[in-house]
Amino acid sequence: MNRDSNVYTIIYASVMVVLVAVVLAFTSESLRSFQKKNEDNDKRQQILRSINIQATPDKAETTYAELINEAFLVNEKGEKIEGDAFAADASKSFAEHKYPVFIANVNGKTKYIMVLQGTGLWGPLWGYIALDDDKNTVFGADFSHAGETPGLGAEITTHIFSSQFAGKKIFQNGEFKSIAIVKPGKSAIGQDYVDGISGGTITSQSVDKMIFDSLNGYAKFLTSQNQ
Amino acid sequence: MGLLSGKNKEVLVGPLSKNNPVIVQMLGICSALAVTSKLEPSIVMALSVTAVVAFANVIISLLRNTIPNRIRIIVQLVVVAALVTIVSEVLKAFAYDVNKQLSVFVGLIITNCILMGRLEAFALGNGPWESFLDGIGNGLGYGIILVIIGFFRELLGSGTLLGFQVIPQAFYDFGYVNNGLMILPPMALIVVAVIIWVHRSRNKDLQEN
Repeated sequence: MNRDSNVYTIIYASVMVVLVAVVLAFTSESLRSFQKKNEDNDKRQQILRSINIQATPDKAETTYAELINEAFLVNEKGEKIEGDAFAADASKSFAEHKYPVFIANVNGKTKYIMVLQGTGLWGPLWGYIALDDDKNTVFGADFSHAGETPGLGAEITTHIFSSQFAGKKIFQNGEFKSIAIVKPGKSAIGQDYVDGISGGTITSQSVDKMIFDSLNGYAKFLTSQNQ
Repeated sequence: MGLLSGKNKEVLVGPLSKNNPVIVQMLGICSALAVTSKLEPSIVMALSVTAVVAFANVIISLLRNTIPNRIRIIVQLVVVAALVTIVSEVLKAFAYDVNKQLSVFVGLIITNCILMGRLEAFALGNGPWESFLDGIGNGLGYGIILVIIGFFRELLGSGTLLGFQVIPQAFYDFGYVNNGLMILPPMALIVVAVIIWVHRSRNKDLQEN
């Protein structure tokens, strides 16, 4: 057969593309369960980091089961609703006004872990923030991102950045104020603040907005049981 | 002809030194800079590239008499892209943390010049077994350089190897500090240059005037 004919070229390309698609679909499907397990463990590690626990991937599941006693969804009125908090995809559930809450027990003290979800400079940002049992003082936080600039915005994942949040308060005089991210050296009036990342201004502002927007949805839940 | 006759041996061993893709042909330098700040990602990247080059070479070599000449580059790209996607999926399933560190660079194996270079230059004109050896040889030649760079950058930059502390605490107590510059990409280029310097001074026939 003439290898340079148009018909041969088109048939060859079509067959090749279909074959490759089948192979890739098969690979993806057969590895799906392993990948899901890794992703879940990664999520557990992030949640545990927000309560200042470093777990290795193989220990994540047992440590998580030990420390996280309860996980549920709340709506914007602060009422518990049906659903699986761990499996909830924050970007979707926030739009439906469903907010996942994880309750951890660290050395006999109750910690409330909230999910944060927002957009950064290049892609999604997410994180977890843990509050003490007064539902106001931050116990710990952890941030992740899909594609922020390495060395600049991506520094939000470092402990140096996230450890600044410990001890900050999200309510001032009973009013939800969130925690501001400011330029290092600057301050914010009427609310607690932490230093942003030098050179990662847009990412820092995005984290600021993410914390405000996400925790705002939880505000009712956080205040309702205080009285 | 045996499986490892003289010519085949040369095909396999040549790229390790005299015909090294990185330090002689200057291919694949960009990924050598990007992933070598630690030893572990360097090793994973080396193995991934070796696997992809070897199998892409075999597949293209098997298809070489059927590929329409006008779309041969497209065919090569599709084969490489499919293999890289499979490697990426496997890493996500079995080496999740390393995959996160390598991030975009696994996908960028597709654009690694070594791959297209070997497919065009070797696999299109040779049988599957020779092509397989050529792929393994070139992958390892690339891998050796990556591992050497990764070794020095992690040792001098972080004081660790594969994450284990190797420089004893006593050194730090005497005032030794890790060289943070080693972690940054420019030092990878300088380490490559030093390797090339050593290699050329040992192989005088490679020196250009």
